Amino acid sequence: MAEELKKTPLYETYLKYGGRIIDFSGWALPVQFSSIKEEHHACRNAAALWDVSDMGELLVEGPGALDLLQFLLVNDNAKGYPGRVIYNPMCYPSGGVVDDMMVVCLKDGKYLLVINAGNIDKDFEWVSTAARYFQGVTVKNLSKDVAEVALQGPNSERIMQRVAKYPLNEMKYYHGAEHVDVAGIDTLITRTGYTGEDGFEVYCKASEGPALFDAIMDADDGDGLVPAGLGCRDTLRFEASMPLYGQELDQNHGPLEAGLGRFVAFGKGMYFVGSKALMEQREKGLPAKLVGLDMIEKGVPRTGYKVFDGAGSKELGYVTTGTYAPTQGRYLAMAFVPVDQSPIGTKVRVEIRGKKLLAEVVKMPFYKREGKKK
Amino acid sequence: MTYPANLKYTKTHEYVRVEGKKAYVGITNYAQDQLGDIVFVEVPEIGRVVKAGEVFSTVESVKAVSDCYAPVSGKIALVNKKVTDSPEVLNKDPHGEGWICAIEMSDPSEAGKLMDVAAYEKHAAEGGGHH
Repeated sequence: MAEELKKTPLYETYLKYGGRIIDFSGWALPVQFSSIKEEHHACRNAAALWDVSDMGELLVEGPGALDLLQFLLVNDNAKGYPGRVIYNPMCYPSGGVVDDMMVVCLKDGKYLLVINAGNIDKDFEWVSTAARYFQGVTVKNLSKDVAEVALQGPNSERIMQRVAKYPLNEMKYYHGAEHVDVAGIDTLITRTGYTGEDGFEVYCKASEGPALFDAIMDADDGDGLVPAGLGCRDTLRFEASMPLYGQELDQNHGPLEAGLGRFVAFGKGMYFVGSKALMEQREKGLPAKLVGLDMIEKGVPRTGYKVFDGAGSKELGYVTTGTYAPTQGRYLAMAFVPVDQSPIGTKVRVEIRGKKLLAEVVKMPFYKREGKKK
Repeated sequence: MTYPANLKYTKTHEYVRVEGKKAYVGITNYAQDQLGDIVFVEVPEIGRVVKAGEVFSTVESVKAVSDCYAPVSGKIALVNKKVTDSPEVLNKDPHGEGWICAIEMSDPSEAGKLMDVAAYEKHAAEGGGHH
């Protein structure tokens, strides 16, 4: 593997657990340990553990921190309180997306923004530039100092509780706690994830990442925990219809088009970056809408494949993400199409190697777990 | 990773098993391992005439799309329904149950020019070039 690839503090850990390393946008990351399908099913039925230390973290702190976030982010972060996690797209004035992120309120006036690996420099620049117009707020890029692992799946709480000195059954979904002792390591734990399953995301000092990963793996006691790679991370989030920046959200496709209107707090009582354009989209109609597609004719729809109308004559849009979905055993896709082609049941065609194969608009998310903890 | 001695191999990781005038074609154990979980196999139509080196099938895993090149020329005589119904058979038994199609060879001498098992083992061990 080329030397110039970026490595997380857990690179040696992948090798120890038998990960197959690939170049993922400049990062040396494991695509799989055993098999994408096996790891996918393990997460749905038992538990899986990822290193996600490639993710970035910005610390936004000071008496002006909330004002800055309210200005830059589309959700209402005034609803945050210590221990609360809020999902936020961050928009351009055009309504397109700079990045999407988790905002963890650590305490009043102190927020951790968990951002996508590919956007770290861009986001840091964007947020720090805006911060100059606010009083009493500092922005720090902690991305290189922080390791993050994600434990996901129905057995997560049981496994995590064996090593975490914190009553996890009291931690609600989209909540977290700082300074939790996990096998002697000082961590931040949030009950969040990117798989559609219950689970935790756990942050610690970069140097302690490998020990944290091992401690959680070793806490497995017949619970079916497996180490997992990028491959199933994508199939799992895809089935749960969670957006991936660069595919469902980008500079040209905003949160309303991606079906994330519930995270856009027009009612938060102030202008925020993108609010004017998004309000206009809401009033005048969306340029495109993200839909779920189920292939009626067999084929694997993939990112960038063209979508046509049912007659196969008019190009409508394109597939943002598509794959064989292991839980459903179906070939599914998310795609941008015009609003008039978005109702459930609409027949469309996906062009795969020159053939326009029939597909149907279906409901998203493709997968929703039962008894979701609120 | 082992490969049967009775097969002939290509640099692009297809194999043939010659039975009379028919060449049963599939992808090697090395190829399936590189691809990972195979979820879709596009097979050629029976009767289609293919030339050696031409794409005759496409195999897709969760993450990758891979073209398969005909090791020999001829007419597609049989396709294996098992690989379209259960693509995972290519992972489980690539050299046996996981054959993709059989080509009625127009020039059986082509098969003789393919790599034998020793040459292929060396090729795969060296990283296999580009699939």
